[in-house]
Order: sequence, then structure tokens, then C-alpha cells
Amino acid sequence: MITANLRDWLLSDAPTSRRQARFASWYKGWLTLRSNTLAMVGLIVLALIILAAIFAPVLATHDPYAQDLGQRLLGAGQGGHLLGTDSLGRDIYSRLLYGARISIYIVLLVAMVAPLVGLIVGTVSGYAGGWADVVLMRITDIFLAFPRLILALAFVAALGAGIENAVLAISLTAWPPYARIARAETLTIRNSDYIHAIRLQGAGPFRIVTRHIWPLCISSLVIRVTLDMAGIILTAAALGFLGLGAQPPSPEWGAMISEGRKYILDYWWVATFPGLAIFAISLAFNLLGDGLRDMLDPKEDNA
Amino acid sequence: MSETLLDVENLRVSFTTRTGTFEAVRGISFTLGRERLGIVGESGSGKSMTGRAILRLIRPPGRVEADRITMHGEDVLAATETRMRQLRGGRVSMIMQDPKFSLNPVMTVGQQLVESLRAHEKLARSECRKRAIAMLDEVAIRDPERVMGLYPHEVSGGMGQRIMIAMMLLPGPEILIADEPTSALDVSVQLQVLDIMDQLVKTRGMGLIFISHDLNLVAKFCDRIAVMYAGRIVECCKASELHKAQHPYTLGLLNAVPDLEHPRPRLEVLQRDPAWRDALSVSART
Amino acid sequence: MTNPAIDIQDLDVWFGAGRGRSDAVRQASFAVEQGESFGIVGESGSGKSTILRAIAGLVPTWSGNMTVAGEALGPQRSKAFFRKVQMVFQDPYASLHPRQTVDRVLSEAMGLHGLKDIDSRIPRLMEDVGLGPSFRFRFPHQLSGGQRQRVAIARALACSPQILLLDEPTSALDVSVQAEILNLLTDLRRDHGLTYIMVSHDLGVVGHLCERIAVMKQGRIVEVLDVEMMRHLEASDPYTRQLLDSSIQSSRSA
Repeated sequence: MITANLRDWLLSDAPTSRRQARFASWYKGWLTLRSNTLAMVGLIVLALIILAAIFAPVLATHDPYAQDLGQRLLGAGQGGHLLGTDSLGRDIYSRLLYGARISIYIVLLVAMVAPLVGLIVGTVSGYAGGWADVVLMRITDIFLAFPRLILALAFVAALGAGIENAVLAISLTAWPPYARIARAETLTIRNSDYIHAIRLQGAGPFRIVTRHIWPLCISSLVIRVTLDMAGIILTAAALGFLGLGAQPPSPEWGAMISEGRKYILDYWWVATFPGLAIFAISLAFNLLGDGLRDMLDPKEDNA
Repeated sequence: MSETLLDVENLRVSFTTRTGTFEAVRGISFTLGRERLGIVGESGSGKSMTGRAILRLIRPPGRVEADRITMHGEDVLAATETRMRQLRGGRVSMIMQDPKFSLNPVMTVGQQLVESLRAHEKLARSECRKRAIAMLDEVAIRDPERVMGLYPHEVSGGMGQRIMIAMMLLPGPEILIADEPTSALDVSVQLQVLDIMDQLVKTRGMGLIFISHDLNLVAKFCDRIAVMYAGRIVECCKASELHKAQHPYTLGLLNAVPDLEHPRPRLEVLQRDPAWRDALSVSART
Repeated sequence: MTNPAIDIQDLDVWFGAGRGRSDAVRQASFAVEQGESFGIVGESGSGKSTILRAIAGLVPTWSGNMTVAGEALGPQRSKAFFRKVQMVFQDPYASLHPRQTVDRVLSEAMGLHGLKDIDSRIPRLMEDVGLGPSFRFRFPHQLSGGQRQRVAIARALACSPQILLLDEPTSALDVSVQAEILNLLTDLRRDHGLTYIMVSHDLGVVGHLCERIAVMKQGRIVEVLDVEMMRHLEASDPYTRQLLDSSIQSSRSA
């Protein structure tokens, strides 16, 4: 009964309060997302990974840093190690769980920095036009002209190896595409009648950009960020693999593959399980991104 | 009206959405002979959906159902997609609202005319070109040779729509469906384009379905008028007897238009009666 | 002609510069009295909407003299100007922010004009334009075209302006809805003592709402005439006559 009432309240065509209107629009988005099976698979996988990261201390069977050279390179299931051990005898399963924390930490930091920078640069550039546009866009072009990994390598080399610097380097290379998207969106929105209308109410450029243009850019950015997450994780993993990201003994997935590489022919699981973890999280983000695209598409609700 | 070109019975178009099934067209019936039938209604009345449904141009999640749609005795509902492509353009043509969106922007007018003809008849290119030029001449385009080489953005709205008419009539269809063919045009051009269309339809003895929101315009260019409301035909009458129309909706549409010659301090506002929605569809069969 | 609400002298508006320059309005002059409703008709591309946009400050490239509500207009519009002059746009589907509820649109407009007790004003404003309180928290996609246009009119009225610039406010609507909006505009003008400039391609609509009408062709005003003269088809300019002819022909049924 209560759920049915709640559903009616949420799907009402005539909301009676600001709160109801807001919840209703979220709920409708959620319904669209839920009807997309693949996106839900992505969301569930991500939720599992996040839960694994949060409850890593509970779920882990071993200390991820504890070395036991007597137990090195055990196969899956041997000696009480669910996914075997690596070259220093550390439990791979436990390391994967703790590694999830690092991956999610990287993803969150990059997701907060890069799109925000891109959004600000893109909307300011698009709305202001003129020389501000030219200057900002040429800077963007310069960043875009470098291959992403090479640029990240250069930043890490300059800043020093480490996970924070890897995040910073990835963010610095990731923002230009967002700036491009935000600018393109702004250019189409800028001359629309509803922006004219708010200008005629006397609103200044700061208000127009932050209150009226940003909300419309954010949905396409969210989609793009979600789809890029896989790339970001892979870049982070690549930096880890090259020894420029997370430093040993940290259980970062890329670094784990890098360590396992030496034994890949005889002890395949050492590199394979972290590889599968990266694959799973990348795929999950891609599936979710596709679903979000359907959900946030402004052409929704034409019925 | 001895010969029936198009026979539609109990046509339904529905869309399934999250909140249920939305019925755009709810069981309408009509026939078309060698005459001009006007379908009038406001946005959302299902008039455009009717035109598209006849050509089977409605994509999923939309569904078309009917007891019968026959074109010259041929069952449209059972036709294969290949056969449908032959029918569209060959037997029935459709003119849409805005020529800007109906003409391919990267092909010249001439190329598009020739292509559309070659899609239906195996003719030599030079012959097609000759017929295309003759057709442009028929829609009152001066200097058709030059217009053949123009790109769609280089022609005005009125000329674009005349080119569309030429293109649609080139393969010699029997039925023309014109969906708001002049709403995007200026008033002075509107009449000119409609006159041309009207002349061609008459001289070729075609059947015309003229879909529009403008009751007066339809009355001027049609023999029969079907007024649609909420997916049903609420009234059907001869255009010459429009002033005898009975249904309050038809009357409301007529009276809502501000008239330059007969000013009124207030315009009449249509009071929509929920009963109109439930009333059964009037048949427009002859 | 003591103190017209709007006085436009020798207005030129152009787009682009150098060889790409195109003149949208050339040497337009007209004056609108306080409380008058002035119509501008013309075909697409005649520059009729451009005049409105120039007055509203949406087109920066213009020359000439414009005095609106006692204020001589420069390149920038002051905040006080927007309290006196507001605009209603042609397409109600494009003039409302797709992610903002009616409540948000109206409260922001009021907030920008520094009005107090917004919460109690909004229902009154909505009532003025014939929208019930149930519409307050809806998004544009939950409204019909006519309801959207009512919201747009309410937004324009939020700061109680003296002058409304109407850019084809009914051309995107069905005739029956058009009638409702035109009646609403008539009522609002009477109740609030508004001055209108209305742009339209439809002579019937302009003739219904306006007392004097300017006819535009290719950026120039070819004739300004009273609506009475227009009704009796007493136009002196051949273009106006042609326009009247086709309009009457298409509205008169066979």
C-alpha cells in the first residue's frame, strides 16, 4: 500500500511541492535506467566493487601486505589462498580487495577534478566568446595534441611517482575533451530563447552560466565521464604498470599486473586476476554510461 | 467518386509508453476516390499519424492496426517492405511540412529529382532529366534548367516546396498526401503553392489527402473535410457545406480564428467537452 | 504625441561586418503611445522580429535613436529598463528552460527584480495568466503549448512591466489555444495598463490585438496604418494591399 502510494506520489503529473517535483524527476530517471538491463548489470557490478572496497578488512582472508616467501606463487585455492599468491607470497584475493579502494579513490578524484575544470573552461569560453574563447580553446588544443599517456608520463616524471601525482597527471590530461563538449553545448544553449529570456530579467553572465547553462551541460558530461572512467582506470593502471603510479607494496591493480608480468608464462593467475578486475570495472562503467545516456538525454519524455 | 483509390477501415495507431498505451488514432474509417479530402485537427489530434500510417511510416514502439487498408484493392498491411517502397512514391507520395528537412542538403535539386524518378522507373538519365525539367516547369518554376543545378539552401521556402511537389508527382502517383504542406511558408506564397498543387492534382485526376490545422484553408482546397479530435473523426462534411457544420468542435475551430474583416472584442474559446473524446468515430467513407 | 512610450528614430540593424554584412532593418521610425498596442507585420525575413530584439538589447549592432519609457537606449540595457520592458517569445517550447519547474522560473524572475515575499506572489501571478496552483511545480514537458506560453507571459509580467514586446506569441499554437492567449493578452492589457508591440505574420491576429500596424518589407517599414483602414482595405502601399489580399483570401472559406 505504502509503496503504491509512494509510486503514485512520485509519478504524479501535478506535483504539489518543490520536493515532490525534484524527487519525481529523479524517480523517472531511475525508472528509465532500471529498464535498461545492461546498465543495471554495470551498476550492480560497480556497487559490488564499491562494497568490496568498503568492507575489504572484513572480506579479506589475509593481510594484503604480509609476505610469506614460503607460500609464493601458489595456484588458486592452494594453501587457503582463494586466488593464489604472488611472487612474494601475498594473498592475491586480499590484495584485489584493497586494490579496489585505490582504484575507486583514483576514479573519484579524477571524476571530481577533470570534468569540473572542463566545465568551467568550456562554458566560460562558449558563453564569453571573443578573445577569451580563442585563448581558452587554444590552450585546450595544446593539451589535446599530446597523447594522453605520454602527457601523464611527463607530468608524473616532473612531479614524482606516487598515486596523488598520478591522479593529478590524469586529471590534467583528461579535462580538454570535457571543455570541448561543454563549449559545444554552451554554444547551442547560449542563443536559445530561454537564455535570452533570463537575460531580459536582468541576470548577469555569472548567474546565467552557473544556474542555467551548467545544469544542461552536466548531463552530457556525466555520460562522458562515465564512459571515460574505463580509460581513466586503464591510464592509472598503465602508470602503475610502468612503475610511475602507485608504488610497491601498494596493491594497485596495474602495479600487480606489472609484477605478475615476470611470471606470466608459468604462473598466469598472478597477472590475470588483477587484469580481470580492471576489465570488470571498466566494462561496468561503460555499460552504466550507455544507460545514463538514455536516461539523461534531453529528448526524454516526448509522450 | 465511383473509383476508390484508398480504403481505410478502423485504423488505429498506438504507442506503448512507460505509463501505458497512448492511442494516437482510435479507429477511423475513410475512403478516397479521385477527390480532395481534407483532414483537419489540432496538434495531437492524430491527423499526421493517419497520413503516416497509410504509408506504413510509423516505427516501433508505434503500432498500426486496421481492419483494412487497401490501395486500389491491394492490401497495404500485408505488403512486404520491398513492395511498400514501390508503393511509396510510385502510387502514393507524401509532402511534408518543411522542405528544408525533406530535401537532401548535399545533392542538387536536379540530382534529387532524377534519383526519385529512377527509383521507380527504368529510364535513361537524359530522359529523366527531360521529364524533371518539364515537371519543374509545371510547378511554375521559371528557368528550370538553372534551378536543377541549385542546392536546397539556395532556393526559397516557397520554391523548395514547389520542388518537393514536383519531386513527389514525378513518378506519377495516384494519391498525394500533403501534411501541412504550407505551414512553414508566408501567406502570400502559401496560396500560390496550394494553387499549383491543386491544379496538378485536378488535371491528373489524382486523389489528395490534405492534412492541416487550418480549417478555412482546407475548405478552400478540398471537396470533403474530416475533422479529427483526439484520434477520432468527429465530423465529416462537404467543404461547400462547412457553414452547416454541427459539431461544437468544428464550430469552435471556425470561430476561434481572428477575422480581419469582422472584428470581435473577444475571441470564442473552445470549451472541450469530455464526451467528444468518447463519442464514436464518424465514418468518412463514401 | 506628448510623451510616447516607445520612440524609434532611424533604426538600422545589421548582422556581420564588411562584405558579409546584411542589413536586417533599414531606417525604421515609429512611435508607440502609452497604453497603445502597436503591431508589426511582414513576411519571414522582413526584419520585424529584429526590431523587437534590438529594443530588448539582444542585438548589439544597431544605430539610430531609441527612447523607451523615457530612457534613451545605449549599447547596454540597465536593470531598471528590464523592470519596465519585457518580452514574450515565439516558441513556447524553446523559451522555457527544460530542467526548471514553473515555480523556479517565476521565483528566479522575481528574485532578480528584488521582489519580496515571492512565495505568496507566485500563486497570484499564475492566477493572472489563468494557470491553477496545480501547475506550480511542473516541468515544461508536463505542460501543453498554451500552458507553456502562459508561463512565459507570467515570467514577463513578474516584475510588473509597462511594456510588453510580443514576438509572434501565438504562431506556434493551435487556433483554439491562440484564441485563449489572445484573450488573455487583451485582459492583461486592460487590467495592467500595458503597452504592447506585437510582431506577427498573421494579419488577423495583429488586427485583433492592435490599433495601429506597421507593414515591413525587406527591412523597411513601407506603411503605418490604423487597423480600421486595414479592415476597409484602404492601404496606400501596393505591398500592403497584396498582403491584405492574400490574407483575406486564405481566411475566407470557399
